[in-house]
Amino acid sequence: MKNKYSIFSLIKNAFSYHENWEKAWKDPEPKKEYDAVIVGGGGHGLATAYYLAKKHNMKNIAVVEKGWIGGGNTGRNTTIIRSNYLWDASAGLYDHALKIWEGLSQELNYNVMFSQRGVMNLAHNLQDVRDLKRRTHANRLNGIDAVYLNTEEVKKFCPIINTSQDIRYPVLGGTLQRRAGTARHDAVAWGYARGADEMGVDIIQNCEVKGIKRNGDTVEGIETTKGFIKTKKIGVVAAGHSSVIANMAGLKLPLESKPLQALVSEPVKPIIDTVVMSNAVHAYVSQSDKGELVIGAGTDDYVSYSQKGSHDIVEGTLNAILELYPIFSRMRMLRQWGGIVDICPDASPIISKTSIKGLYFNCGWGTGGFKATPGSGDLFAHTIANDEPHKLNAAFNINRFVSGDLVDEHGAAAVAH
Amino acid sequence: MFLINCPFCGEREQSEFKAGGEAHIVRPKQPTELSDDEWAEYLFMRKNIKGVQFERWNHVHGCRKWFNMVRDTSNDQIKAVYKMGEKPPVE
Repeated sequence: MKNKYSIFSLIKNAFSYHENWEKAWKDPEPKKEYDAVIVGGGGHGLATAYYLAKKHNMKNIAVVEKGWIGGGNTGRNTTIIRSNYLWDASAGLYDHALKIWEGLSQELNYNVMFSQRGVMNLAHNLQDVRDLKRRTHANRLNGIDAVYLNTEEVKKFCPIINTSQDIRYPVLGGTLQRRAGTARHDAVAWGYARGADEMGVDIIQNCEVKGIKRNGDTVEGIETTKGFIKTKKIGVVAAGHSSVIANMAGLKLPLESKPLQALVSEPVKPIIDTVVMSNAVHAYVSQSDKGELVIGAGTDDYVSYSQKGSHDIVEGTLNAILELYPIFSRMRMLRQWGGIVDICPDASPIISKTSIKGLYFNCGWGTGGFKATPGSGDLFAHTIANDEPHKLNAAFNINRFVSGDLVDEHGAAAVAH
Repeated sequence: MFLINCPFCGEREQSEFKAGGEAHIVRPKQPTELSDDEWAEYLFMRKNIKGVQFERWNHVHGCRKWFNMVRDTSNDQIKAVYKMGEKPPVE
């Protein structure tokens, strides 16, 4: 049993200069065999392991990660959480996650710094206005809080936005989800890792999967850089590298992996207390607790695993940011980076069984996976443990690309992908 | 960010081009006879290779012509550029 984090443990450890905190998770060598192995130690993978152990009593499991946990897209996203998706299936999926977020810090005894500061999506032309109003109605029918704001209300909610009607893409209105917000992305991975480790899950870092061993249509285990691990169930949550793992098993996925960029500015005093996203000009911005502006850019249109994007993408985003927020014109950018996102043709994820028994995929989250981390882990754990999807992720099966029953969130999901 | 040697215009910045995805996916000759699985394979399934990949590109802000490219997706290095209809270079 791990020591509980509390104000008392903080004081107690202060007396020893914070040098005696116990390790949040062990660093074990892989065992010969597990009941299930999760490939990918990001937020989604660690959450999957956590819920497999907690809700499905599968304790003899491992998470294998080629780098360090939370070092991929979990540590590279812009930490936005919202559930204002258009279609019923997506609304169910993302709001399931949002409901878990609301109690996550308490459940994990780990402060994930979840902050419901609201997410506002802007409209810049008449079609945007119609789309956003339609989405607001759809959200409310699905029990998701959403309001439509006119230009004055947008200005009132976020006073630094330039609402002049003379700019190239004037602000005509926006939607607001007040329950939406941000969380500390690293803490999510660390909190789930600590929780999973406490229940006996082996978190194995620096362990890259090199092959998937099959016997006919059944999996037998994985070849890794730390040797062969026998297992009957493999849950792959490898984000941008999902196709690479799928190819090892002889599967093809409907994914394209592309670089997505983000950047942060130098830290400044509090200036923006919400998250503002704009689909038409593709720029979104929030402010971290350190004071940095966190800015999300778009994806490049070519396949790449290089974790580097093109300069013109950043330039386009900053043009839009400066027109919407002239006050930021002298801000200096501190860091810029890229992550590799796996995008489905319909911009919805895959949480599914495959044609190979014992092989499960959780992928295709594209540019918006962070917000779904707890829900994705919960539903993927359910799918792996029962060999059947939960009703909330049934629509996100891999077979929808054969049946044609797509969950088409492209252009409908409040942000372009 | 990289430079692309357009087979018609010469070397230009990548931002002048539009990526057209995986190359050499053959359009079905008899679309009416395709099963749902074959349609899914043609429309959606992609190799999405980490490494050397054959692609289509369009010089959209230049000559607007389509051409093919061989590129290493792990480091964005271009191995070869060739015109549509030409035989892909063998590695």
